[in-house]
Amino acid sequence: MKDHFRLLLLGLSLITLLMFALSLLTGPAAVSVSDSLNALFTGQGDALVLVMREIRLPRALLGLMIGATLGLSGAVLQGYLRNPLAEPGLLGVSASASLGAVIAIYSGLSLVFPLALPLMALAGAVIAVLLVQALAGRAAGTLIIILAGVAVSSFAGAMTSLALNLSSNPFAAMEILYWMLGSLTDRSMLHVALAAPFILVGWALLFSLGRSLDALTLGPDAAASMGISVKRVQLIAILGTAASVGASTAVAGAIGFVGLIVPHILRPLVGSQPSRLLPVSALGGASMLLAADVLVRMIAPGRDLKLGVLTAIVGAPFFLWLVFRTRRALI
Amino acid sequence: MSFLKLSHLNVSLGSKSVLRDVSLDIGKGEFIGLIGPNGAGKSTLLKSVLGLVPSTGEISVAGILSDRLSTKERARHIAYLPQDREIGWAISVEKLVALGRTPHLGGFAGLDENDVAIIENAIRRMDIAEFRHRSALDLSGGEQARVLIARALAQDAPLLLADEPTSGLDPAHQIGLMQSLAELASDGSAVIASLHDLGSAARWCSRLILIHEGQIAADGSPLEVLTAERLRTIYGVEAYLETTQQGLIVQPISLIAK
Repeated sequence: MKDHFRLLLLGLSLITLLMFALSLLTGPAAVSVSDSLNALFTGQGDALVLVMREIRLPRALLGLMIGATLGLSGAVLQGYLRNPLAEPGLLGVSASASLGAVIAIYSGLSLVFPLALPLMALAGAVIAVLLVQALAGRAAGTLIIILAGVAVSSFAGAMTSLALNLSSNPFAAMEILYWMLGSLTDRSMLHVALAAPFILVGWALLFSLGRSLDALTLGPDAAASMGISVKRVQLIAILGTAASVGASTAVAGAIGFVGLIVPHILRPLVGSQPSRLLPVSALGGASMLLAADVLVRMIAPGRDLKLGVLTAIVGAPFFLWLVFRTRRALI
Repeated sequence: MSFLKLSHLNVSLGSKSVLRDVSLDIGKGEFIGLIGPNGAGKSTLLKSVLGLVPSTGEISVAGILSDRLSTKERARHIAYLPQDREIGWAISVEKLVALGRTPHLGGFAGLDENDVAIIENAIRRMDIAEFRHRSALDLSGGEQARVLIARALAQDAPLLLADEPTSGLDPAHQIGLMQSLAELASDGSAVIASLHDLGSAARWCSRLILIHEGQIAADGSPLEVLTAERLRTIYGVEAYLETTQQGLIVQPISLIAK
């Protein structure tokens, strides 16, 4: 069993690495593999260096970080809530981060100061989490957390709609809409530097929960009797999700379904053990998002097909299949 | 020697007082049946010992005040079997039993030889080796109950609290389970099980504690506690009682007309 798990980790790491390389090598500029890599690592080849280091590298890095974040946080939330339908957006983090971004675009702040958009989005995520935590209370049941997340998501969604509704400037409305579709196009190393600290802190928090999530398989009372502080697990899960998913949404917009699907596909491969699902889901999420980001560039080069649109097109049918399978299991 | 000591324990849930002035002394080697009508406060009593519900009064475990124990330290002293048999994911029986070692592991450390030996012992004791590699969700209710008890045994704590461990089990499994709990006690652990089946409580437990409306109504051997008068006033039933070589036989017969 142990070797089987190591093999799985190794295999997924290789796939992730491959997808990362593929992402670096995909783009409108037709250049050979050796020239690209040469430019990336040695810094020789003027214009190509710029393309590789300033355009493709940040894009691939963000794909890697955000994909891993979505997979990991999805696995943690499903494990914590013991609900296979949980996903990172459930806590209201994505919707509120979107609202923050929308306010930045709507107010014109993002025109004056481009980093205002991700910063406002991050602020939105933080506020959402504080709200959910306050609504849920200290030792809330999982149902209360889900309801609090739904309430915060709906409110943020309504405020976003209001901004679109009242927008007198059609270009601003267009920009809001495009941003909300989720994309990794035209992101710089500045975006990477902005998101990375939050994402890394979030990962550290989420990865620390492995053993607690295993114990929670038997319910909160049994877990508590095994020495797990369920209150602490709740706090860490919420903060870790807020930091990593908040930062991801802040730089890339809302990208759905990855956090829902990836833990599902991989769960049977780790014998359903929540702690083992964490690293596996992080790698799976990273390779899936990198692959999707390569696909959007190959399917419609020059048309800027949005990443979030592709993940939703692939994800929604999968979700339906999931509902179907769950229903069959209940009958 | 007293292992678990409760002094003047009071528990209120919301505005409702659930337990009032409960004092108890429980020693190692005792198999205690916690009995009483629905809503008497049996489950709440078990949960308050674990610190899962807030209480006033004093609880001490192995001579240490419970407030002074961390969640993890308490888990090394007390194992608990909740009433709901919740199993969230399709993990293997072996992995599920191994969860019992959680309070003994530090950081990211894995299981050592000692942990494995304790897990194997629990698996043998509950006779679940034949399906150790199967998913715990694919088992029957009786099998799941045994697996969950093995998990609690793997915690290797000197005190086991079991909330209605026999509910939903057929007679053979009930007897098997009560026998295992009795063995555990005779090996030197303290076992407290809340029970609705008075017959099996009388047959297997060394001591019964009868809870009624949040207070201890009787405490002693099955013969002392289970009297026709108490079954009438507290449970509201007429019962057939007979002392045999196997101990007291109790069979509730009919409701008392009010």
